[in-house]
Amino acid sequence: MAVKVRVPTPLRRFTAGIDEVPADGDSVRAVLENLEVRHPGIRERLLDDKGELRRFVNVYLNGDDIRFLEQLNSKVKDGDDISIVPAIAGGR
Amino acid sequence: MRKAMSYVTCLKCRECSQEYPVKPLHVCETCFGPLEVVYDYEAIRAVMTRELIESRAHNLWRYRELLPVEGEPDMGPFSGFTPLIKASRLGAEVGLKNLYIKDDTVNHPTLSYKDRVVSVAITKAREFGFTTVSCASTGNLATAVAAHAARAGLRCYIFMPEGVEAGKVVGSTIYGAQVITIRGNYDDVNRLCSEIADKYGWAFVNINIRPYYTEGAKTFGFEVAEQLGWRLPDHIVVPTAGGTILPKVAKAFKEFQQLGLVEGNFKIHCAQAAGSAPVIRALHRGTDLITPVKPDTIAKSIAIGNPADGFYVLGAVRESGGWGDMATDPEIIDAIKLLARTEGIFAEPAGGTTLAVALKLFNQGRIHPNEIVVVSITGNGYKTIEAVASAIEQPIIIEARLREFDALYERLGGNRAVAGAA
Repeated sequence: MAVKVRVPTPLRRFTAGIDEVPADGDSVRAVLENLEVRHPGIRERLLDDKGELRRFVNVYLNGDDIRFLEQLNSKVKDGDDISIVPAIAGGR
Repeated sequence: MRKAMSYVTCLKCRECSQEYPVKPLHVCETCFGPLEVVYDYEAIRAVMTRELIESRAHNLWRYRELLPVEGEPDMGPFSGFTPLIKASRLGAEVGLKNLYIKDDTVNHPTLSYKDRVVSVAITKAREFGFTTVSCASTGNLATAVAAHAARAGLRCYIFMPEGVEAGKVVGSTIYGAQVITIRGNYDDVNRLCSEIADKYGWAFVNINIRPYYTEGAKTFGFEVAEQLGWRLPDHIVVPTAGGTILPKVAKAFKEFQQLGLVEGNFKIHCAQAAGSAPVIRALHRGTDLITPVKPDTIAKSIAIGNPADGFYVLGAVRESGGWGDMATDPEIIDAIKLLARTEGIFAEPAGGTTLAVALKLFNQGRIHPNEIVVVSITGNGYKTIEAVASAIEQPIIIEARLREFDALYERLGGNRAVAGAA
């Protein structure tokens, strides 16, 4: 499954400054693992030692927070959009 | 002399301790943790005394050594130093002898605690040379940013989810801000704004200016300590939405302790609305893992289901030996009415939440009748009329004839109610 991944500023040094990169995989986890193959070093910024999403990283699949879906096991389809956004923002 | 300089040494990641220069940064490049301002407390200790603070104007800048700005601040000259009110009538009704209300319903100029954080954020944005300021908001923050931006002469864009109350749109647009509504909820707006901040180079007060912005929330705590006569309250109850203010009030108290400015120790307690209580649920479960929720409560100013700083709220509460609880919508409305009826203060639903939770903690035996308790009221009920309008008595309509009023007065039992007033 080919998807587009939106990369926030702090991670763009792994993607040669590019803000949206392609990746493959049938789940969010597989896509993030594939990102590591394409952009070495990016995985450990997103996942902790146990392979879980870091506390301050939010991942959206087609605009939905994956914590409301099936977390990292959420299934992805061809053409899906994944967005990685730092959690620290807000205060209404 | 360092008089015109700040005592800030750097920004530092709260998670991995990596240090960064004092720039518009808010996220650690290594671990995405939040960045926090670091001060030279040794240097501050040498200059900051009770007498120095007391000699200054009654605004939030009287604590300027512990705020991350350079030079003489000119934003928010009347922001902060809101009343700390001994709530004797409310206290007598519920059985608390030393109950205080910290009343940010009258913060200048937009009637919420956000005037504190925004005063600091806009001052810092101007120092950094930004000419456009912005925020993602559904209410109190929007009005504060729009008003302070107007005074500073900065361009202002406000992003809100669609369907917010007319009062909030008007209350931002009136100051000349461009208001943009987004098809989606607050979390969608927040996410879009993170991306806009990234691309357009604007100062988003609650995104790329966030480390400085959040420091402004400390002034709520500094004032409580000073107004109690340079001592800390035994208990303070603080509402939690995204999690900005509670850890910063705890930080304020600890900074004052560290600088030798106050006596006593404190417990800090967290209040959330039952329809948006991810932090309280984690607290009660005894875990650090906060499961996001889809908010559903009348307390819209604290309806954040995915609190960025919730983890630090848990840390501050537990470290102090405090606790927390949640209040249902009916309990929130009852508490708003109770506060209004006994103390003449009209709070927004976040304030009702906080008072309702304070009373629960008292009834649970976590607060004793003689202890000093501060209830944090962070926003004004006049901005959220809709929340209580259907829960209060409607006015009685009569003709303009004394006879009609006499009959009505009789029906209301007026002779008994005002006996002694004549």
